[in-house]
Amino acid sequence: MTDDVDRSRRHFLTVATAVTGGVGAAIAAVPFLVSLRPSARAQALGAPVEIDISPLEPGEMVRVEWRGKPVWVLRRTDDMLARLEKVEQFLADPDSSESQQPEYAKNEARARKPHYLVVIGQCTHLGCAPIKRFDVQPADLGKDWYGGFYCPCHGSKFDLSGRVYSGVPAPTNLPVPPYRFVNDDVILVGEETGAA
Amino acid sequence: MARTEVEVSEATRSGGVMKWINDRFPLDSMLKEHVTEYYASKNLNWWYVFGVLSMVVLVLQIVTGIFLTMNYKPSAADAFGSVEYIMRDVDWGWLIRYMHSTGASAFFIVVYLHMFRALLYGSYKKPREFLWLTGMVIFLCLMGEAFFGYLLPWGQMSYWGAQVIVSLFGAIPGIGETLTEWIRGDYSISDITLNRFFAMHVIALPLVLVMLVAVHILALHHVGSNNPDGVNIKEKKDEDGIPIDGVAFHPYHTSKDLVAIIVFFMIFSAIVFFAPEMGGYFLEHANFDPADPLVTPEHIAPVWYFTPFYAILRAVPDKLLGVLLMGAAVLLPMFLPWLDRCRVKSIRYRGWIYKAALASFVVSFID
Repeated sequence: MTDDVDRSRRHFLTVATAVTGGVGAAIAAVPFLVSLRPSARAQALGAPVEIDISPLEPGEMVRVEWRGKPVWVLRRTDDMLARLEKVEQFLADPDSSESQQPEYAKNEARARKPHYLVVIGQCTHLGCAPIKRFDVQPADLGKDWYGGFYCPCHGSKFDLSGRVYSGVPAPTNLPVPPYRFVNDDVILVGEETGAA
Repeated sequence: MARTEVEVSEATRSGGVMKWINDRFPLDSMLKEHVTEYYASKNLNWWYVFGVLSMVVLVLQIVTGIFLTMNYKPSAADAFGSVEYIMRDVDWGWLIRYMHSTGASAFFIVVYLHMFRALLYGSYKKPREFLWLTGMVIFLCLMGEAFFGYLLPWGQMSYWGAQVIVSLFGAIPGIGETLTEWIRGDYSISDITLNRFFAMHVIALPLVLVMLVAVHILALHHVGSNNPDGVNIKEKKDEDGIPIDGVAFHPYHTSKDLVAIIVFFMIFSAIVFFAPEMGGYFLEHANFDPADPLVTPEHIAPVWYFTPFYAILRAVPDKLLGVLLMGAAVLLPMFLPWLDRCRVKSIRYRGWIYKAALASFVVSFID
């Protein structure tokens, strides 16, 4: 009786069942894996944030949370803007060609309006929040330092435009979020175009 | 009804409850195979207690963990407060939590020593390659378990530690950014991330860990324990088929292990009661501040058991290369059984090259 077994038929059925089951399991896994993506609520909370910049004095900075990340708005003085040129020789990417920013921020000031710097205050190495150090050539940061941001985690350095120094772990400049001026006093972070 | 009574009385007469169970479940034969008639070499020294100690710590972590879960709240708004609540308002809550946090460090101490024993006496070599592999997977799981658990108190170190570790995946070219968003479930470490890390920490990984430990023990009992001389005790058996150089796991090795367990608990209790923070090594100071996504603490370093891997990250100036080398440091030991082709097992009979290599590994690991 065992001699009557159709082995090729049995083999075909085994493979067909295994393949069908495997494909089914793979398809069933999709909802579980996709459920781990940012949910609708998380995406909604990623909505644009308005920042009132009218109380900002020259040289002052505010931190705002956008998509759970710190966004900095620094109102730079003329002196601060003048210092940007001096540090260019020490920077890894002074022209921001390797870095992440909207087209309108791809300049020396990395801003729509040079006096207002808007960046995401998250080190491009592993995401810590750098500390503001606007003093010029302090003892601990050396002769190259003309003010900027220093990361306490692994020692990365950024200038007053958020441009990264060379020879530090961070690979690129601080990213600039998409933003626009609603009017002279209000910045909208997270949106580039649209009616005011 | 009458028939049932007869069956019951018969069962009690000929062996009772045990016979009834053994007719339906291989209890006796399992106990014999794994406990009373499992023969391990009689020259096992104190290096051989760390396997049992790892099991003890695993049970301790599961029990204390269950009780912590009864008062802990896995949400960004409540997590930090609920840990403080456990510490201050729950009767003996501080003890349970300190046992759990000290247990995490104790786990890594005994597991590192257990792995070092394998290196000393060549326990990873044929026929124990699979045993070594399962052990390495358990180690990976344990690292994950520790990492997920560290976010739960929602302190500053929890937050920024998770931020740095999750960002490591962002170094992968192309898919890095999407992958980190998928892991976090958000654009930054958030309530959503905390919630899923909690799920991983209290159910997913513990289940995997317990099952892997079962596989690890079954593999061990299949090939038999190694010993400090690296000889195969199964080669010389007496007329009953029992290894001449072996003694039964129970009661001979269990009674010895019991001494180790007592000594372990003496040291463990001393830490829990007198130095649960271990000067910032077991519980880091910055973690006594609640998580603040806008400000990174001035001094940030991982808990002690991850420092060898963290040092690699810091030493390599390139982001991707640093991450790759760190991954390699974790995964390469898996291939040890095939990289080390020397047929001598124990360090007692090996040349100076192996001794020097092992010593330099110890120095660089601890340094």
